[in-house]
Amino acid sequence: MTDEPLLRVSALSKFYGSRVGCENVTFDLWPGEVLAVVGESGSGKTTLLNCLSTRLLPSSGTASYRMRDGQFRELYRMSEAERRFLMRTDWGFVHQNPADGLRMTVSAGANVGERLMAVGDRHYGKIRATAVDWLSRVEIDEDRIDDEPRAFSGGMRQRLQIARNLVTGPRLVFMDEPTGGLDVSVQARLLDLLRGLVTDLGLAAIVVTHDLAVARLLSQRMMVMKDGRVVESGLTDRVLDDPRAPYTQLLVSSILQV
Amino acid sequence: MTAQPTDIATYNFAYLDEQTKRMIRRAILKGIAIPGYQVPFASREMPMPYGWGTGGVQVTASIIGPDDVLKVIDQGADDTTNAVSIRAFFKKVANVAVTTETAKATIIQTRHRIPEHPLAAGQVLVYQVPIPEPLRFLEPRETETRKMHALEEYGLMHVKLYEDIARHGRIATTYAYPVKVEGRYVMDPSPTPKFDNPKMHNSPALQLFGAGREKRIYALPPFTEVVSLDFEDHPFEVQTFDQPCALCAAENVYLDEVILDDHGGHMFVCSDTDHCEKRREEGHRGHLAPETRLAPEKMEPAQ
Repeated sequence: MTDEPLLRVSALSKFYGSRVGCENVTFDLWPGEVLAVVGESGSGKTTLLNCLSTRLLPSSGTASYRMRDGQFRELYRMSEAERRFLMRTDWGFVHQNPADGLRMTVSAGANVGERLMAVGDRHYGKIRATAVDWLSRVEIDEDRIDDEPRAFSGGMRQRLQIARNLVTGPRLVFMDEPTGGLDVSVQARLLDLLRGLVTDLGLAAIVVTHDLAVARLLSQRMMVMKDGRVVESGLTDRVLDDPRAPYTQLLVSSILQV
Repeated sequence: MTAQPTDIATYNFAYLDEQTKRMIRRAILKGIAIPGYQVPFASREMPMPYGWGTGGVQVTASIIGPDDVLKVIDQGADDTTNAVSIRAFFKKVANVAVTTETAKATIIQTRHRIPEHPLAAGQVLVYQVPIPEPLRFLEPRETETRKMHALEEYGLMHVKLYEDIARHGRIATTYAYPVKVEGRYVMDPSPTPKFDNPKMHNSPALQLFGAGREKRIYALPPFTEVVSLDFEDHPFEVQTFDQPCALCAAENVYLDEVILDDHGGHMFVCSDTDHCEKRREEGHRGHLAPETRLAPEKMEPAQ
């Protein structure tokens, strides 16, 4: 184990004109750790995620990432080529809507294989074998490998998107509402699968969600955001069982009890 | 050739005005300097519809001189409407000599074929290109494809080949087969059959590509490395034909299927008409060649 964090974020802010996207966010993410970012819609969760994954440039603040060689690199000073390379090798991004993260008009196998081909894999048999392996890990039947994601259900598409992201063995995965829009039984299986994969692969992940149950199941640590600011952060169980900030107390007490 | 400047009528030499030709030549020079890179240029309206070779015609018009000998082929044939019209066009506006013989031409404008006769140093092959962007059908955004070229992100190109193998068991792309130029840019060789891809590699001739509607010019200088993309376990292969040309018995050439009647009769003949005629003149006979030997002048309408 290493004694250095994977990602260091310091005083990150993003303004849209005079409007606040997120303001003064500071945290460290450690290897193998799952951090949940919760809050109501409009609280800046997705802005923060997009800044961290370099899909958006922040207005101020820094984020540095420990590369595979152990060196910290400042994310917003990297060239676009380096960032895009990082994005398709060492990182993953799971979108809420699988259509945003998948190529809907190419087969499931090619969706999984695309990252392999992008990093220079040129052996069809090996690419296909890896795709088959990953489809089985996300519980998609092997005989669906040549079907287009258009023919898949919402849950299958989301699982395919996860396989596509994990195939290059990333160390950090960003997830934006990974279970949004799925019915509860499908959600439960997806969460189960994600939890297994995260543990098996030792992934670090930043999960944005408004669903506290998802945060409870997946994450070790959580940050609660409101109006672009972090109002509370700590171990997930501590925050949910003993919320301190008034807003967190409201959030926790708003969970529907069935 | 008899140069008679008065025949050029009211047009500037080779139809385009001199400023336009300079602009296109600059794009061509840039294309030659960066092999395989698509150079944007201010494509002009030409007296023909898009898709009929407006890009190729503008490139030809910009490089042609009074001493050039022009050959125009359409799918390998010298005698189809498009080829005959473009040849007549340059005869009229530039008063240049025209030919159907590959070896005699200095400029060959082509739609979808590379002649069978090997090209020589000093010759220029001008391709008419409908869609210059090899990534277009995979990534519709031009901003994104330009970024992909700039950053050399070509994984997507192999996704297409992967799909081919997954669906058909082999790489089913038979034309517009993507190539990598000098280990850098991925390029669309225009819709030539992949049979012709190996001819582009290390060709002693200069190869220029013009896309009029899409406003792009790109180039392969002589002796440029052109490699067709493939997989290690599914290497690039060209089409093979199980019978020779029915008229001239040529093998290892690209053949067209010609329907003879409405009872299923057909034959395979050379797509390159000049090559086929030359071989018949030399006495090669295919199994469907007419008994009496046709004089070559009768095959080709008098110019």
